[in-house]
Amino acid sequence: MISLLSTLLNGLSLGSVYAIIALGYTMVYGIAKMLNFAHGDVIMIGAYISFSAIFYWGLHPILGFLLAMLVCTVLGIVIESLAYKPLRQATSLAVLITAIGMSYLLQNSAQLIWGANTKAFPKMFSLPDASLFGGAITISNNTISMLNDQLKISGNMLLTILACVIIMVSLVLFINKTKMGKAMRCVSEDKGAAELMGVNVNKTISMTFAIGSALAAVAGVLLCASYPSLQPTTGAMPGIKAFTAAVFGGIGSIPGAMVGGILLGVIEKLGQTYVSDQLGDAFAFAVLIIVLLVKPTGLLGKKVHEKV
Amino acid sequence: MTESTKKRLVDTKMVPLPSTSIVPERDLGKRPVLETRHLGIEFGGLKAVEDFNIAVGPTEICGLIGPNGAGKTTVFNLLTKVYQPTTGTVLIDGKDTSGMTTEQANRMGIARTFQNIRLFGNMTVEDNVRIGLHNQIRYGTPAGIFRLPQYWKAEKKMHERSLELLSIFGMQDMADVKAGSLPYGAQRRLEIVRALATNPSLLLLDEPAAGMNPHETEELMQNIIKIRDQFQIAVMLIEHDMNLVMGICEGICVLNYGRIIAKGTPEEIQQNPVVIEAYLGSQKKEGEA
Amino acid sequence: MKINKKLRSALITFAIVIIAFLLCEAGINKWFGDGFTLKFSEKGLLVPICAYIVLAVSLNLIVGISGELSLGHAGFMSIGAFSGVVVATWLERAVLTIDAAGKTVPFFSDTSILIISIIVAGVIAAAAGVVIGIPALRLRGDYLAIVLLAFGEIIRNVMNCVLVAVDGSRMQFALKINEGSAVAFGSGAQMVINGAQGTNNKVMSVAFNNERFIVGFALVLFTLFVVLNLINSRSGRAIMAIRDNRIAAESVGLNVMKYKMMAFVIGAALAGMAGCLYGLNMKTVTAVDFDYNMSIEILVIVVLGGIGSIRGSVIAAILLKVLPEKLRFLNDYRMLVYAVVLIVTMLATNSPILKNLWALLLRIKPVAAAAEKIAKLRDGVTGRFSRKTPKAEKAGETK
Repeated sequence: MISLLSTLLNGLSLGSVYAIIALGYTMVYGIAKMLNFAHGDVIMIGAYISFSAIFYWGLHPILGFLLAMLVCTVLGIVIESLAYKPLRQATSLAVLITAIGMSYLLQNSAQLIWGANTKAFPKMFSLPDASLFGGAITISNNTISMLNDQLKISGNMLLTILACVIIMVSLVLFINKTKMGKAMRCVSEDKGAAELMGVNVNKTISMTFAIGSALAAVAGVLLCASYPSLQPTTGAMPGIKAFTAAVFGGIGSIPGAMVGGILLGVIEKLGQTYVSDQLGDAFAFAVLIIVLLVKPTGLLGKKVHEKV
Repeated sequence: MTESTKKRLVDTKMVPLPSTSIVPERDLGKRPVLETRHLGIEFGGLKAVEDFNIAVGPTEICGLIGPNGAGKTTVFNLLTKVYQPTTGTVLIDGKDTSGMTTEQANRMGIARTFQNIRLFGNMTVEDNVRIGLHNQIRYGTPAGIFRLPQYWKAEKKMHERSLELLSIFGMQDMADVKAGSLPYGAQRRLEIVRALATNPSLLLLDEPAAGMNPHETEELMQNIIKIRDQFQIAVMLIEHDMNLVMGICEGICVLNYGRIIAKGTPEEIQQNPVVIEAYLGSQKKEGEA
Repeated sequence: MKINKKLRSALITFAIVIIAFLLCEAGINKWFGDGFTLKFSEKGLLVPICAYIVLAVSLNLIVGISGELSLGHAGFMSIGAFSGVVVATWLERAVLTIDAAGKTVPFFSDTSILIISIIVAGVIAAAAGVVIGIPALRLRGDYLAIVLLAFGEIIRNVMNCVLVAVDGSRMQFALKINEGSAVAFGSGAQMVINGAQGTNNKVMSVAFNNERFIVGFALVLFTLFVVLNLINSRSGRAIMAIRDNRIAAESVGLNVMKYKMMAFVIGAALAGMAGCLYGLNMKTVTAVDFDYNMSIEILVIVVLGGIGSIRGSVIAAILLKVLPEKLRFLNDYRMLVYAVVLIVTMLATNSPILKNLWALLLRIKPVAAAAEKIAKLRDGVTGRFSRKTPKAEKAGETK
């Protein structure tokens, strides 16, 4: 029972990272209608920036974290305007290949700058040691222990889940309550009509990339805080997983990305623990396939009618 | 199945078909090529088509008219099974088509053209017709890959038949042209040829004269009659050009807000006060102004 | 007239491949003396290039001709490679004969083993194509792409756990699904596939073998024959019609699922054959070699060669395998250059501004430019992948 709870918590934490990355995928897809394959590599760049800031330049982890967000935001806007903007009218396959090229570019640039060898990611955050509720909950070594030390939650796990909740709530508020959010919803429904109504489509798309990339930086730091090995291909697999999570939840839907990410993380961990520690990925992908076959547009995706 | 639905289905068959009256005299007594019974479809509560009953004789040219948004194309989509109806049935040659796909409906003998042209634009004119002949002249995939004798024989037959069909519209010289690069009118004609190639018993034409000049429309009218006479098939068409509709249709069915408001011969329709009010009246005023 | 045009286009493609093959043979056998010889490293590329041509052409059948984006093509390659190694090992160990000297030797020669393995691998990959295609092809567009990517990753993940050993002439199979679980194969067993460590190919030597290259070339010819003839036949037209306009295709009585499956399964079978050739040419291939990066690599070849252009795929496969070898002097910057070239190519061939710039620079007649503009407008209305890239147009191949 406790082992199940612990697996679920682990899955929730991994799923939160997937969810944050998936948000970037889903927003870009919803608004620019493109699969941004380079998104996973923006995560890696974010992690490297914060690594360098803390390890080489000796900055405070929080500053390193903010710097990573800033750099990734700028990177997202630059990538969009240089590589994707000229291809607005092109086929989606052309855009996909460009995004793949961008992914190679980021990976190889990172390899040239930081080297191919694995870097140990520094410790970012730690909880203060404490003993609460008369020893029922103890915090030591950045780990919360409960139920007679049987259930352990690491500080990173807690932070990841917390970050995910905060991001989700603020993003939903942003999309639904602000003018920019309204513009984004407009552009995602009908680019042409939005433009006619005076919405600056280019600016809106840039903004989407900026937010998505900033979220990627957050995900990168959180991912490397939990799994502290960093190399140029670090972002690739989580990127692909988050991409499937976004599709799983219904690509283009923000709550969908959240639900999809968390479910994917939980399923992967459950599969790893109870079925096979080698087939966790296969398990997660199989569930994705089954969901799409039952509901072809994902869990929360909208059905699109083809006009005849 | 509940008791009430059972009763309703039985009732469906019992209802006398009011539309038989517009079948031309020569087709009376023959089984209609198309019959619909209480056909209807809802899109999220909105009844796009409701209680649509019609019978089309085997060599009839029938018009489906009505103001924009009346549900005419939706009717075509229901007949060709692009949409599955929420109520009622479509019978082709007396056979129920419930649950069939578009592809099966075509094999039953119903072929169509589209309001927004849907040709295979990257292929040649002849290849477009050959695709229409797909189920008429057949050979297996291995025969195609390994170029067995069946391949050469069937391809030759397809070539001859394609040119023959294209010659209806005098398009045999354009056989090697890319379909997408044809002028608009020729694209519409090619769509008709492609539909004819599937050997239908009912041809549905969705605004065949759209974008054509009066001269081309005149030619089209003659060709529609020629097709009907030559192939002995029924033609049902949606058209806004009243000269065309009144000129060649034997029976006309007027649709407004998804419902049939009138049925009859062109003369009857022209004099029908409901139609004049809903549709022709406003057009006449525009015409006079 | 029309058939001649298509035939001519096909013949040009065959001619390119045959001339390239003869040039390679000339280099291998020193027909033109020592001045024209292939280096050791160049010879090593020949068989993989054959495999890549087959992969690119087969993926083009799925993506270009059938119009379904597949991001899991490497999965079929993986199935072909692993099943090929198993079949080849079995043929070598279990199908025996006694030679003149009274010694027990394999019944088949290495080349025959290779050919039989390729055929069996093709059949197995085709079966996998059916199993995957039936559910997956119900989906469309990006959803189909992601499901095929997922299938590819599942294949990678499962292949990572497969253990195959050979004990004398007996093949033993096991699935190691947990890190800790021990699988015992008996003392005399030799590993053929060892989970994540991949294959252990003892059947064929790793050194270059001209016969293997000839088999690879024959596979390329077979692939081109099948794909080009399919395209210019009744079924191929149906496949392209469904790609160009699904609803119209249905309305003229085409069975959409049947023809999508046909393209997909033929593509899968050819990819399996290529995978077998590739796998048996290597000492070791691992499941991770065939992950989505490999699928994407093949997709890039297809797109750069021109979607729907078979000849383009052949040429792009050769160039993209030879160029990196020739660019070795760039060292660490090689992949970076590749990435930049890829992005710039896509921008140059797809961005409207750059396209117009090209037109200006090349002083194309205004009429031609206008025609292109009209074609572009029209193409915007048709299917997602139905459009030829300008490269394909330059290649002059009719789809």
